[in-house]
Amino acid sequence: MIVLRAPLMGEDIYRLKSGDQVMVEGTVYAARDAAHKNMVNAIEQGLSLPFDLEGQIIYYVGPCPAPPGKVIGSAGPTTSGRMDAYTPFLIERGLKAMIGKGDRSSEVIAAMKKYGAVYLATVGGAGAYLAERIKKVETIAYPELGPEALLKLELRQFPCIVAIDCQGHNIYDISKGI
Amino acid sequence: MRLVSYDEICQGVKRAVIKANTILPDDILAALQLAAEKESSSRGRMFLNIILENAAIAQKEKMALCQDTGMLAAYIKLGQEVKIVGGSLEAAVNAGVRDGYQEGYFRKSIVNDPFIRVNTGDNTPAIIHIRMVEGEHFRITVLPKGAGSENMGQVAMLKPSQGINGAKDFIVQVVETAGANACPPLVVGVGIGGSMDKAADLAKQALMRPINLPHSSPEIAALEKEMLLRINALGIGPQGMGGDTTALGVNINTFPTHIACLPVAVVLGCHCTRRCSIEL
Repeated sequence: MIVLRAPLMGEDIYRLKSGDQVMVEGTVYAARDAAHKNMVNAIEQGLSLPFDLEGQIIYYVGPCPAPPGKVIGSAGPTTSGRMDAYTPFLIERGLKAMIGKGDRSSEVIAAMKKYGAVYLATVGGAGAYLAERIKKVETIAYPELGPEALLKLELRQFPCIVAIDCQGHNIYDISKGI
Repeated sequence: MRLVSYDEICQGVKRAVIKANTILPDDILAALQLAAEKESSSRGRMFLNIILENAAIAQKEKMALCQDTGMLAAYIKLGQEVKIVGGSLEAAVNAGVRDGYQEGYFRKSIVNDPFIRVNTGDNTPAIIHIRMVEGEHFRITVLPKGAGSENMGQVAMLKPSQGINGAKDFIVQVVETAGANACPPLVVGVGIGGSMDKAADLAKQALMRPINLPHSSPEIAALEKEMLLRINALGIGPQGMGGDTTALGVNINTFPTHIACLPVAVVLGCHCTRRCSIEL
């Protein structure tokens, strides 16, 4: 089993092939639509980002509130395609991996190939299962966005499949018979 | 005349909201179990097994099955002999939604305006459909539906000359376009006939019928079966990972239509299609 832990280096990315099963361990940043919009606005205005993107992993998730005795509520992936408009900006600035569900645009795949990044799919709709693999949660920016705030998460044995590798091989094309 | 109070409605909706978001319906669970046994793709099987484990954890821990606890649609069958006392029906339903999402620790996913987009903070308003029926019935069915699948639905106003083959091709095309985004294996709700809005309503309501219960008309039941086979031949598989299980069921509803119309609506339900009915 391949284990991925940020910060990711070039060699971590280049050895991954579409279809590989991986376990993500350690730090990832949770961000979805509104947090992406804020981050790209910050980049365009020349402001600094809430965290250094270099070698990092972003998980597309907007979790449920934590019930008593838990660090987080249900926390499965959201549809990645909604982040496509923002993702190339982040990959250019060092983002190395994204976790989500569903296919990506040709612009995102081009940026992944150019800068060396990988797209991982995890199980959409398995929010309770995946929440049990999140051990620590810290809000680091945009608390006003509620479920869309930017979070720092600590994962343990978080199962993913390499959906699109840095050569652009795409599991969704294969499953569609392309 | 039967009296039903605001508080009874509010409490009933709250219970239904919590149950719907934490316990997968029996028919969906049984279909997932069967799919996990039959799926030939190893990645597909791995994802189906995680989905089944998720359902067990959600029920045991009383956690949301999916973090997208949806925009809630409430379908109310209201007997004309019922009088509601203590407040309005709409306010009672929304109060039940607010309390259910709060007590269940569910995500609040509703924004106040499509462009301004400020979270309303309590997952209201719900989308409320009321149908008056004879007698003293009071039945509420709640469908908390996530946006991943909702965003991939489509309506087509076909020409009558396109006929049943046009409808079949459109249904398959919607599922193919949705790919992994709608969280397959899907429950596919189809509405054919009426007007544009009626077809969409029929399609959404088709998701409320258990997937092990075919349409009462043998012709439509055969169409449901044929569509399920065609959709599963696409090879999209669980979460787009490839495999035999792209849909768990196809439910079709039809209605009379205009001489010039052939509306077809396809509403996609994810593998976590949630619903719960209560009688008051």
